[in-house]
Amino acid sequence: MTEYTQTMTEYTERLLNETPRKDASDRFRIVWLVVIPLIAVLSQVYVPRFVPFLAYLELPLLITVHFALTSGGPIGALSYGMFIGLVQDSLSHQPIGMYGIVKTLVGYFAASVSMRFDVQNPVVTFILAFFFYFFHQFFYWVLSRALLGETLGFDAQQTLIFGLLNAAVALPLFRLLDKLKVAR
Amino acid sequence: MDFFLSRYRHLTVLLVVITAQLLLIAYQVKTSKDIPLIRVWAVTAVTPVEQGLELVRRYTWGFVEDYFVLLGVRSQNDKLRNENGQLKIENNYLKSELATADRARSLSVFEARSPSKTVAARVIGNGTGANSKVVFVDRGSTSGVESGMAVVTPDGIVGKVVEAYPTASLVMLITDPTFAAGVVSQKNRVHGTLKGQGHAECLVDYVQNEEHVDIGEWFYTSGDDRIFPKGFPVGQVTAAPNGKTFKEIYISPSGMQGGVEEVLIVLQGVHQEVPGAEVASPAYSLMPAPTEIIQTPEGGPPPGSLSTDADRLRAIYKDVGIEQKHTYGEGPPGTKPPDFTKIPSVHGVPPPNAAAQPLTSPPAAAQAQPAQPPTGRPKPAPSKSVQPLKSDQPPAQGPSQPAPAAVERPPAPAATQPADNQ
Repeated sequence: MTEYTQTMTEYTERLLNETPRKDASDRFRIVWLVVIPLIAVLSQVYVPRFVPFLAYLELPLLITVHFALTSGGPIGALSYGMFIGLVQDSLSHQPIGMYGIVKTLVGYFAASVSMRFDVQNPVVTFILAFFFYFFHQFFYWVLSRALLGETLGFDAQQTLIFGLLNAAVALPLFRLLDKLKVAR
Repeated sequence: MDFFLSRYRHLTVLLVVITAQLLLIAYQVKTSKDIPLIRVWAVTAVTPVEQGLELVRRYTWGFVEDYFVLLGVRSQNDKLRNENGQLKIENNYLKSELATADRARSLSVFEARSPSKTVAARVIGNGTGANSKVVFVDRGSTSGVESGMAVVTPDGIVGKVVEAYPTASLVMLITDPTFAAGVVSQKNRVHGTLKGQGHAECLVDYVQNEEHVDIGEWFYTSGDDRIFPKGFPVGQVTAAPNGKTFKEIYISPSGMQGGVEEVLIVLQGVHQEVPGAEVASPAYSLMPAPTEIIQTPEGGPPPGSLSTDADRLRAIYKDVGIEQKHTYGEGPPGTKPPDFTKIPSVHGVPPPNAAAQPLTSPPAAAQAQPAQPPTGRPKPAPSKSVQPLKSDQPPAQGPSQPAPAAVERPPAPAATQPADNQ
């Protein structure tokens, strides 16, 4: 029993105190920092034209989460989230700043979480992706009602399902993005 | 402050960024203005890539997609063509069935309503011959069909049976050049002879140029030919120009519109009235009797004035008969008639007592007045067939009144003469 408790404690300590990702020290090339969000935004506005059911995929959010988890600093993550959010706002009919605020918060909190958890773990990645998708959708709905006065409905069940799907997509996507990094 | 900023640096940056964006949103919402610069940048950055992607997709995936789609187009086209042909055939069949049902229904209704005894027949073939317009029908002598019987449809006459075989009959259509039938126009009652011309229209011959036939007027069988009962529709006039002697009246046969499929053979014809026939001369109106009246010495018109020459002649002859004590219509043949040479109005000799009459009218008119008997008895009342000049004229007032004075005037047109005044 003592041995089991000791094992759990070590795992917990490692989960909480280990460095964010083993390749967190690696960085994206600058070009990828621009191209990847652009591709994500493009895929969001272009792919659903031909594959409508992929409209549920929130690739800009997943890119933001991935960058935040691997960036190692909240300021860079929130700035990156803000950038991607503003680009999304620019291509929407909403006032500029809605997605910017939400993704800024997502970047900040994801970066904060990455300092505590072993985000290399697929389970943690899945949970975080799911959580941040839900948080993103819910906070966007709150902002729309609070700031714009829109009476949009919030379908929690659908959001949960889409969150699971985005989390499932996040696992291979994060692996792919990790491969694009270069060692420092 | 520095401690606060260094300790909560991340949170401070977050608050600043969030606040800035909130202010941005607030500005846009409050002023209803957009931030075009950011949008222009984003759109300018995104849309070229999107256009490139679309171009690539069109020439790669689109080409592949079109290729695979076109692979099946030919077979699909052949399949659709075959299906279309089958549907056309089916559609034509259903249309013909529907038309057949309609014709059969109209034939049965017509057969039930027509007083003539008829038998329905179906055209089963055409006769040979370049110009002949004959058809075979599926009713023959076993069905009571005989040569010379009329063949009609509810829309009009079709032809006549020229040969009756046991199981079929040969019917000459009204468009055959040797066909003829008596016809009469509906409106003006113009009689003529219908003749086939070998084409779609028929000619109504032997109608004088003076006769009036309107375009669109209906012709019906007149029954003169003893083949077609009177009153069957023949067709409408399409043209009626004057010819050398007779009009060239062309009619469009109503019984053959749309082809001949089912017909009725008239086994026992019953003449009917031409439907909707109008009066032959509906435009004529009888003018009132002439108002020029011989004035009597008292100034009033003579009672019992006669209106026509025939009336006046009749009165003269009647007076001559009375004067010579001759009763018309009595005595055996060879009885001496009255001496008409002593009619002064006819021969211009005034009667002996004419000068004694104070007439203001011309002598000729006075001569037409019959002689009065010397006894002064009242003049016999005019015949019932003689109409008074005016219905509101006063009746005869006794023996002092002179006899009705004849008025010399041009004879009225024959067409205006009422039949009962003759």
